[in-house]
Parts: sequence; structure tokens; C-alpha cells
Amino acid sequence: MSNLFDLLVAGLATGAIYALVAVGFTLLWQTSQTINFAQGEFVMLPAFLMLAAMHVGAPFWLAIILGILLSMILLGLAFKLLLVDPMMRHGVLPLAIATMALAIGIKEAVKQFFSAEASSFPSIVPTGDISVLGHAVSLQSIGVLAVAILAVFGLTTLLNRTSLGHQMQAAAQNPTVARIIGVPVERMILLTFLINAFLVALASLLITPIYLAKFSSGEVLGQAAFIAAIVGGFNQVRGAIAGGLLIGVLDNLAAAYVSTQYRAAVPLIFLIVVILFRPQGLLGRAEERTV
Amino acid sequence: MSGFGKPLKIALALAVIAALIVVPMNFNRYGLFILSQWAVMTIAAMGLNLTLGYAGQVSLAQGAFVGIGAYAAAIMTTHGWPLPAAIVVAIALSFAVGWVLGYPALRVQHHYLAFVTLAFSTLAFLVFRNESWLTGGIYGISNIPRPHIFGLATNKPLPFYYVCLGSLALVSIAVWWLIRSPWGRAFMALRENPLRAQSLGVDTRRYTLMAFAIGSALGGVAGALYAPLTQYIDPVPFNLSLSLDLLMMVIVGGAGFYFGPFLGAMIAVLLPEWLRFTEGYYLMLYAVAVMLLLIWSPTGILGILDRYLAARRTKAASALRAVAKSRLETAQ
Repeated sequence: MSNLFDLLVAGLATGAIYALVAVGFTLLWQTSQTINFAQGEFVMLPAFLMLAAMHVGAPFWLAIILGILLSMILLGLAFKLLLVDPMMRHGVLPLAIATMALAIGIKEAVKQFFSAEASSFPSIVPTGDISVLGHAVSLQSIGVLAVAILAVFGLTTLLNRTSLGHQMQAAAQNPTVARIIGVPVERMILLTFLINAFLVALASLLITPIYLAKFSSGEVLGQAAFIAAIVGGFNQVRGAIAGGLLIGVLDNLAAAYVSTQYRAAVPLIFLIVVILFRPQGLLGRAEERTV
Repeated sequence: MSGFGKPLKIALALAVIAALIVVPMNFNRYGLFILSQWAVMTIAAMGLNLTLGYAGQVSLAQGAFVGIGAYAAAIMTTHGWPLPAAIVVAIALSFAVGWVLGYPALRVQHHYLAFVTLAFSTLAFLVFRNESWLTGGIYGISNIPRPHIFGLATNKPLPFYYVCLGSLALVSIAVWWLIRSPWGRAFMALRENPLRAQSLGVDTRRYTLMAFAIGSALGGVAGALYAPLTQYIDPVPFNLSLSLDLLMMVIVGGAGFYFGPFLGAMIAVLLPEWLRFTEGYYLMLYAVAVMLLLIWSPTGILGILDRYLAARRTKAASALRAVAKSRLETAQ
């Protein structure tokens, strides 16, 4: 049984990171119908920005701040102004393809300007184990889980409890009406892009010490986040959180109890089943058909 | 494209075909490989263009069907079967799997469908990698023979290039016929307005499944040619990124345009080669080029041409109207 407990904790820790990434993904979809196929690369890049800052001599805490700021500028502001805005009126598909191209671009740029090798990355949480209910649990898992829960809690508080959050939700749900009642819709959309950039930078900070900084590490992560977002409900922040945790746990359990070879298949089959029987996701609401 | 006269169009087509036959004769081995690759990828992209461009179903699984075709051909030809038999099996297999994959398309649309097909793509990759009794696992299958066509060996690069080119020609004719047939029109009705198509008596169920199955079968054909082209296959080339590449080819060339896949595959296969002098930067430049193109023209390269010709036609038409009007006025 102790094994199961450890698996659950580790699963929740990875799941919390998936949730961070998936939440940003659903936020972009809700406010601007953007499917960001580069979301995984968005998680990979901030770690390299932080590493680059450390290479030029910045201490770790300063590198973190610089990395988060830079990622908000590049992955939030520049992404919106240079790619999403000019393409928004063209519909979902061309923009989705453009983000695929962006993913290639980011990957290649990191490979070219930084390194094709995996680099280690310092952890913000001390390593070691503590004892919880008689089980040794790694501090890293607990730290990751704590930070991710805090971030998600902060975000949901912002969305549900503050006037700004209500304006953001109004802008996401019905831009036209929101505009009429005086919500600065454009600014709210920009804000969601900045929040997404912040969340991916945070996820990067949390996950890179565990899986190392590598130019290709975004692929797996992006796919996990997509699955989490769809399973939970594409148009719901709480759905993305639930989906993230679920996929994280499922992934870890599959690694232990299903063959290691087909480990990656378990979340995928789960995804297909969910889509077929509940296309709006476990917690999502059905979108009206527009045809 | 009706801005050109019909004879001019035929002459242009003949010139391109002649060039594709004659020019590569003095290409080196690598140049021929790249051109053959272009022909193979064009076939796969044409299949996806049927599913996506004509029937409007977003699929991220075309690469998996190329893989299915490639493994079918590799397994069969290394066991002594002739390539044409392998191609038939590849077509049947990918058609059947594509048909099944079409069922989710009946239930879910757009991005959901994209993700179902994405999942399928990854599952197919896992099967290629893990079922080593059949696929050789990570070691793959080597020494895939090239076929004898009418008693002629095609081991050398040039003859095999002609095999690829000839297959491309056959597929092009078949697709040309298909999109002009009532089927093709039903596909387009499906893309433009599924509800109206249904109310006009188009059996949307059957045609959605068909669009998927035929598109996938062409992926299988491409795969069955890819295996003897590279003569060695392992799971890596058929992962998700091939599906994404093929999707990009279709969109960049111009989804829903007959010649879109030809151009898209040319850009995806040849542009990185031309940009090779930039060394590590070529994929970056490619990515930037794709983004800029899509910002400028979301309907791809042929979209630009189409808009230009449409503008010229309206101009010509309004000029004719002005002439007619002035004639009318002088007559009065």
C-alpha cells in the first residue's frame, strides 16, 4: 500500500503542473479562441531564459524574476500582438497551424542558441524526504504541489472574487455584451495572455528541476496539458485543474501497474473515451453548435 | 485559375511534367531522393487535403497512416511479396482504419476531432515501437527491397524516382476525378454547411466516413512508397510531427485547392534543403516563413493567387461593364 500512496503523491505533483499548463490553455481558448500548439514549448522556454540569466551571472532569485518577466513579455505580449492579433479574424485553424510553426521555431532557437544537451536546473524546493503518515515523501513533490495549488487558488480567487476577475469572465463568455456594459475587453484578453505566460513560467520553474531543461521537453508536456484540458472540460478553468490532477495520477499509476511500454497510451485511451462519451469534458458545459 | 486560357494551362502542365521527367536525369543520388520524397509526401498531403480541405474534417493522424502503409509494405516485401500487392494491402488497411477513425468525427467536431486523431497518432506510434515481433521495434526493418516493374529493376535512384512520380501521376488523376464526381461535391457540401448538406439529402454519415477513409488510404499509399524509398524504416519518422508536418503542408499550400498539396509538400521538403546553407538556422527560418505566410494569407499560397485572379476578374468585368455603359450612352 505504501507504494500506492507514493504514486498518488507523485502523481498529484505532476498533475498539479499539468493543471497549471492546462489552465492557461483553456484561458486562451475562452478569451480568444486560440488553440496554442506551442503551449509545451512555452513551458520549456522560461527555464532556458532563467538559465541564460544565470550564465551571465545573475543569482538564482534574480534569474527567476527575469525569467518570469521575459516570458510574460515574449510569450504573453509579443505572442498576442505579433501572432494572435493579426490572425484572429482568420479563424481557428490557420492560427493553430501558426502556433505549430511557432513551436518548431522556439525548439530550434533553443537548440541553436543554447544547447541540444539536457542541462540541470536548480530546484527552488530543497531535496530530501519528510515523513507523512508514516510514509517518506519527497519534499520536491510536496513543494511542487504546494506552489501549484497556491497558484491555482490565487487564480480562481482572482477570477471569482474580484471585479477584475468578473470582467475577465464577462469578456470570455460574451465579448459583445461585455463591451456594451463597459468592460475593456481588449485589455482583459491581454491580461489572460499575460496570466498564461506567468503560469507557464511557474510550471517551468517547478518541473525543470525534475525533468531537466531540454529543448524537446515541451512536446510531452504540451500533449499532457492538452489531454488534461480536454478531459476536464475545454471551457472551464476548474475542469482543466481536475483534468490535470487526474492525468498526472493516471500517468503515474499506469507506469506502475500497466506495462511501461504502453504507459503513454493510458491517458490517450482515457482521452478518446471521454471525448466519445462526453465531448464537453468531465466538468465542461456543452457549447452550442454554430451550424 | 481561369485567368489563363485553357491551351496555356495545358501547355504549362505539360511543361511541368516534362521538366519533372527530364531534369532529374542528371541529378545526384541525394537530389533524386529529395524529389522522390516530395512525390511521396504530395500523395500523403493530397489525402489529407481530401479530408481537411474538401470535407472539412481536421485530422492529425495522417502521419500514422503513412506509417501503417510503410510497415505493411516493409513487412510484406521483406517476406517476398511484390510491392503492388503490398500497396493493395496498405490501401485496404488504412482505408479500414480510417473508416473506423471517422466514427469519432461523426460525434465530435473541430478541435475535439483534432485531439482524437492526435491521440490515435500517438497510439499508432506506440504500437510501431512496442510490437517488435511484427515491426522490429526501435531497431526497425532494414533491407526493404525496391520493386521490379514490368521486369525492370528499380534499385537505382532514378528508376525508383520514376516509380514515385508515376504513382503521384496516378493518384493525381484519381483525385482529380474524385473531386469532380458527385462524391467530391458532397464532400464540399459537407465542409461548407453540414446541416444544409443533410437537408439536401447528402448522407453526411457515409460521406464523413468516406472522406476519412479515402484520405487515409492515400496516406497508406504514400507510406507503401516511402518504405522502399528509404529502404529502412523505424517508428521515429511516423510520430506526431509527421502528421503536423502534413497538416502544415496542406494549409501552407492552400487547403481545398487541388494544387495546394503539391506546393505545400514542395515547400516542406525542398525549402529546408535550400535553406541548408544557413546550417542550424534552417528550421527556424522555415518556422518564421510559415508564420509570416499564414499571417499574410491564411488560405495558403494558392489563396494569394486566387485572390489576385479574383481581383483581376472583377476589374476586367467592371471594365467591360463601363464599356457597355458608354456604348449604350453614345447610342442614345
